[in-house]
Amino acid sequence: MADMTQSGLAVTPARIAAPRRRSPYPGWFFLPAAIIYGVLFLLPTVASLYFSLTRWTLFNSTFIGLDNFAQFLREPFLIKGLINTVIYAVITSSMKVVLGLLLAVLLTSQIAARGYLRSVVFFPVLVSTVGVGITFTVLMHPTNGMINEGLALLGIKGPGWLVNPNLALYSVALVDVWKGVGLATVIYIAGIVAIPRDYYEAARIDGATKLQNFFYITLPLCRPATSTVIILSFIGGLRTFDLIWAMTRGGPGFASDTVASVIYKQYQSGFYGLSTAGNVVLFVLIAVLVVPLTMMLNRKEGHE
Amino acid sequence: MTKTTRRTMLTGFSAGLLAMTALSGTAFAQSINLTYLVPSGADGVAIAEELVKTFEAANPDINIDIETRPGGSEGDNLIKTRLATGTMADIFRYNSGSLFQAINPAQFLVDMTNEPWQADVQASFKQVVTAPDGTVRGAPMGAAMGGGIYYNKAIYEELGLAVPTTWAEFMANNEKIKAAGKVAVIQTYGDTWTSQLFVLADYYNVSAKDGSFAGRYTAGEAKFGTDAAALRGFEKLQETFEAGFFNEDFGAAKYDDGIRMVATGEGAHYPMLTFATTAIASTYPENINDVGFFAQPGDEAELNGLTVWMPDGLYVPQTTPNLEAAMKFVAFAASVEGCEAQTRAGGASGPYLINGCSLPEDVPPAVSDMLPYFAEGGQNGPALEFLSPIKGPALEQITVEVGSGIRTAADGAALYDEDVRKQAQQLGLPGW
Repeated sequence: MADMTQSGLAVTPARIAAPRRRSPYPGWFFLPAAIIYGVLFLLPTVASLYFSLTRWTLFNSTFIGLDNFAQFLREPFLIKGLINTVIYAVITSSMKVVLGLLLAVLLTSQIAARGYLRSVVFFPVLVSTVGVGITFTVLMHPTNGMINEGLALLGIKGPGWLVNPNLALYSVALVDVWKGVGLATVIYIAGIVAIPRDYYEAARIDGATKLQNFFYITLPLCRPATSTVIILSFIGGLRTFDLIWAMTRGGPGFASDTVASVIYKQYQSGFYGLSTAGNVVLFVLIAVLVVPLTMMLNRKEGHE
Repeated sequence: MTKTTRRTMLTGFSAGLLAMTALSGTAFAQSINLTYLVPSGADGVAIAEELVKTFEAANPDINIDIETRPGGSEGDNLIKTRLATGTMADIFRYNSGSLFQAINPAQFLVDMTNEPWQADVQASFKQVVTAPDGTVRGAPMGAAMGGGIYYNKAIYEELGLAVPTTWAEFMANNEKIKAAGKVAVIQTYGDTWTSQLFVLADYYNVSAKDGSFAGRYTAGEAKFGTDAAALRGFEKLQETFEAGFFNEDFGAAKYDDGIRMVATGEGAHYPMLTFATTAIASTYPENINDVGFFAQPGDEAELNGLTVWMPDGLYVPQTTPNLEAAMKFVAFAASVEGCEAQTRAGGASGPYLINGCSLPEDVPPAVSDMLPYFAEGGQNGPALEFLSPIKGPALEQITVEVGSGIRTAADGAALYDEDVRKQAQQLGLPGW
């Protein structure tokens, strides 16, 4: 403890001015926050690590070692769920980046009804996910849904958006993009607005085209916005549950199951130990994918 | 009014409240309040209300409040949690059979073995609310149901078809219905649970060939994937899908669509449990006489019989402070007046399992079609979930896959066996 304080003193100049100054608040002021954090976050995390090694019911538990993990990784639909989760996260986050950036460029340019259009794009973010899911389930009904009836007017036989096992996951991903692109757009608008006008003026003097403006000024200078959007939507995509549950419940069969929906189903079926193990797997999966991603994005940012 | 007097009054009032809470159920017989937890859903609540109304009229000193809960797995978790935390209602309605076994009946429920009314309860029901220690811990609530196939009588008449007693006849009928340009088999995978019927309702046919299946299945010796008779249920589902008998929107249609289609003649057959009769009667009263019912046919006509679902049970948790009053209500519900109240509220959907209870003369055809299976010379047997505590929870997703052509019957059955193994381990059964 002592040398930690020492090294702390060495680095921060502010501390040097007031050596060993005591905090004006007594240590037990931290207690309420510490208790809440401990009871609601630390304890469950540690407990779930233990319970993932048991077969438990609400009444008792039996220690079974790593059997739950073996079982979870043997679930035939789990591998599919893992792949689906990654596909879903990649599709939704990349589409949000591309569409969000394009919309943001459009909505920061001088167009009519800009404020109105901005709120229209953002509006779906405010609607409840489950409500969106139920609405689109009705719209995507294979025979009397509005989408396929519209296509029928054009002479096209629409696919079974949510009932075709090859299509269901992508249909849900599209709805997720529709709902989430507003947030990405707002982040990008903030990023673009923060770019100093000077760059554009200098570029205009040099005779840059609009396309060059976009590729050499806007795109590189809103990299912080890009990494925020990617991280947020990628993590959101990895742990996605509500939209999938509202629209397909992982179906048809197991075709659109993701890790989160598999875990939920195990819990619902009373396989508490198994679903706890699944949560540990999801935790590791997110960490393994997102930590390197964050490091990569931040490092590139540093090179600018 | 001064501050002091107000405070005194408040104190007195709360003391009175406390006293009432503490004493209710013993000394203050006038003010017994019971809670009765039932699954939500119009039919179930209507039955509960009628029962409570009739009971309160006869017992003015007891007041019963009805609480509702969600059905399905959410309901299961709610029941388990309330039992484990000692906050269960004084009386509750819940499934019998395997789900009853999963709530630890011997630990949580009041023993009803020696209640006088048990004499009139049929043995087939007692068997499905008997805890592992051999005590009976529930009373029947609701009517027995059949699992089988609803059919549209108007279509049968128009095409001159006869009720099939073998699977081959059933498929031949489907062929003719399809040739006439109609939907032969209605499937509604928008509500995934409805996809299980072809497998679950086939159990009578399994047990008719091999009476020991349930026992061997519970012990982990018989499997759906390897037992030819048990595999038939999955194969039947695959056959009807491959023949193209389903309605076009089978992947998205819901249970409500299914009963509409079979009632109004948009489709000819709908595999379902007979509790749907009540829903058809209340939603499509003008079509109720067009809807008939038959057991899911097996491969041999002489073995034709109905797979039966036992009604729910009525249970009392050991934590209730009002045991005497709660048991009085249970005794009423398990009496002839009890079934009459249920019939008044929900119409008659099937035979009651209480001696002396009868059905009115004017039951809908879907109910009267069911009665011969229960009469002399008729054949029926309980569904597997009443003979074994194990039912794999992923069955409905697997049957959706088999019924949508994503997975073959043999593959689906093998996957279900894996699911069953998980459930058996979770229940801590020996031999798994």
